[in-house]
Amino acid sequence: MNLIVAKELFSANVAKFVVEAPRIAKSRRAGHFVIIRIGEDGERIPLTIAGSDVEKGTITLVVQRIGVSTNKLFNLNVGDYITDVVGPLGQATKIEKQEGTVLACGGGVGVAPLLPIIQAHKAAGNRVVAVLAARTKDLIILEDEVRKSADEVIIMTDDGSYGKKGVVTVGMEDVIAREKVSEAVVIGPAIMMKFAALTTKKYDIPTVVSLNTVMVDGTGMCGACRVTVGGKTKFVCVDGPEFDAHQVDFDGMLARMAGYKAEETAALEAWKAAQNN
Amino acid sequence: MAIDIEKLKAEREEAWRVEVRNAIKPKDRMALERVKMTEVDPNVRNKSYVEVNEGLTLEQAREEAKRCLDCPNPGCMTGCPVEINIPKFIKNIERGEILEAAKTIKQTSSLPAVCGRVCPQEKQCESQCIYTKSKKQAVAIGYLERFAADYERHSGKMAIPELAPANGIKVAAIGSGPAGLTFAGDMAKRGYDVTVFEALHEIGGVLKYGIPEFRLPNSIVEAEIDNLRKMGVKFEPDFIVGKTATMDDLRAEGFKAFFVGSGAGLPRFMNIPGENCIGIMSSNEYLTRVNLMGAADPKKDTPVFFGKNVVVVGGGNTAMDSVRTAKRLGAEHVYLVYRRSMDEMPARKEEIKHAQEEGIEFMLLHNPIEYIADEKGRVKQAVLQVMELGEPDERGRRSPVPVEGKTVTIDTDMVVVSVGVSPNPLIPNAHPELHTTQKGTLEANDALQTTKEDVFAGGDIVRGGATVILAMGDGRKAAASMDEYLKSKK
Repeated sequence: MNLIVAKELFSANVAKFVVEAPRIAKSRRAGHFVIIRIGEDGERIPLTIAGSDVEKGTITLVVQRIGVSTNKLFNLNVGDYITDVVGPLGQATKIEKQEGTVLACGGGVGVAPLLPIIQAHKAAGNRVVAVLAARTKDLIILEDEVRKSADEVIIMTDDGSYGKKGVVTVGMEDVIAREKVSEAVVIGPAIMMKFAALTTKKYDIPTVVSLNTVMVDGTGMCGACRVTVGGKTKFVCVDGPEFDAHQVDFDGMLARMAGYKAEETAALEAWKAAQNN
Repeated sequence: MAIDIEKLKAEREEAWRVEVRNAIKPKDRMALERVKMTEVDPNVRNKSYVEVNEGLTLEQAREEAKRCLDCPNPGCMTGCPVEINIPKFIKNIERGEILEAAKTIKQTSSLPAVCGRVCPQEKQCESQCIYTKSKKQAVAIGYLERFAADYERHSGKMAIPELAPANGIKVAAIGSGPAGLTFAGDMAKRGYDVTVFEALHEIGGVLKYGIPEFRLPNSIVEAEIDNLRKMGVKFEPDFIVGKTATMDDLRAEGFKAFFVGSGAGLPRFMNIPGENCIGIMSSNEYLTRVNLMGAADPKKDTPVFFGKNVVVVGGGNTAMDSVRTAKRLGAEHVYLVYRRSMDEMPARKEEIKHAQEEGIEFMLLHNPIEYIADEKGRVKQAVLQVMELGEPDERGRRSPVPVEGKTVTIDTDMVVVSVGVSPNPLIPNAHPELHTTQKGTLEANDALQTTKEDVFAGGDIVRGGATVILAMGDGRKAAASMDEYLKSKK
């Protein structure tokens, strides 16, 4: 049982939770995730860690409500408990001193796990240019925090309501055109990562993506999270979550992520109906 | 560990035992027929999660106990990895002292109700029974063990084994499966302050996530865990040693020694075309969803596929658990696809028999070589290579070889791959001082001590893939070794 000590709404569907988890706060590194479960009937879902406070013994999670489990978490408030929080899981991000710029791209809630990676690159002495992308202004999150760490921040919105109008790859191309980019880190929806990877591939820029597939245990036991990387089957939970973007079979991953779509939609409808009664 | 022969002999000569033994002539005992386990009707049980074996009645158990000759050199005990005093518990059943029988078992086994259900007794104790040696049916030791444990649990008088005075020394078990639980029980008996760390949110490891309810009800596992709690064992779920904290962190918190019983972990796939399409999963995933997460219950959030034409690949106990689960979740056809023949199948005979009775369709000498998906990426067909048996391999098992050009394609909407597991690299990766073998299992000596002197290991993380009882035997042996090690450090 882990106590929620703070909650902040970023938008109607995105919220930040600060949760007591002293051991995880201490042992987690950039790139790690946790598995959480809400209630005795809850499922186990992975969430990337957006930050931690070792002294207060807390970790920060950012969640977008989509299905039943994220909605259940979204409905919790300060003083409530998350039934289970286990981690930190996965491999930590490899941070190396780069000659050129690190291009850090975040789409939607992908900015949350991107933030600690930006901070770690900055701490390693790298120049970091961040491209934050979302459909519309309200969905750009953690902008101030990113600005504190990145050397420059470019905002992209699909509808042009904030920053520059266009998708993430437009902002990426601008940066690549004007300065030497040594590495790109891209975290966001699978489809966004797919196109970002195609963009950097054109310029031969080493690129890392962080995958968020379906998981059950999160420790390598079940293989639900498997993806094809460089022609080989990899487990996102233990081999990842970060992989070489140019080796990931995004189409296969997108198909697998939609595997339980019908069940998920039906469960959400049932849950909503139960909430209204 | 050696069996204490002198003590055994002395116990065998106790007055009550001699009296029971002499009450019936051996010849008359040997004329008795082995008891038959009552089972729920196959066409009823394959639609529900009710336990298949119903257990013996008191009369049946006492009658079966009469068959045991109370041998002076009991072979059965040498076949038991945890060295239960089998003749003593059986003779206690014969005289009607069932609680005494349960107590006898618990002197060396922390999980009697579990072992009585899932141990391959036909390969362990019962294989060494004097009856087996004289080509007769062995005494039903497994059924009797289960009977004694169930009787005790239902009596509400669950005995806690005698505990040595607390010595205040903190030791840890990593993993709460059969190895870790047995280790914990044995160390608690020796007076140690034991904490069991578990990665999942539930205690019990494979007993909870792997073995289905119809073979081992969770309530029985819970009762055995509660008993350990009463013995002072502490449990920490949601704690991954090597991730949440390392062994060094725990050493700094006062832990003096560790037992790694983290299990086999990573499921193996076959790396054939189409294996990553939707609807294909490992048996670990399928069983975890259903057993641990309760996914077949609509009020649980975790989903699971309800396949109509299910293919399960493999021939082990986990494959049997998977086919039988799929049948219970409403599949019309469940195919067990195994590349060898029935004779080579590693699953327990009882499980194979139960699966056949429940309507599982066995496709022996077939092996998948490709899966075909529909336009949405969901599996729709499996292409199976027809096999035949070739020369025996180094273990004497005849190797399957493909029959050139002969394949069968079957329609399927769900495939469960149950072709074994590899050791989970989580613990060795986080603790490079623990050396691994080429197979990735932890290196351990005969005393089950790893390459780090305060770390012991057992069960599947050392063996690769084995059984519950062998894991328990390791937990017991490691506890004795660790106790010796810690005493030598004083």
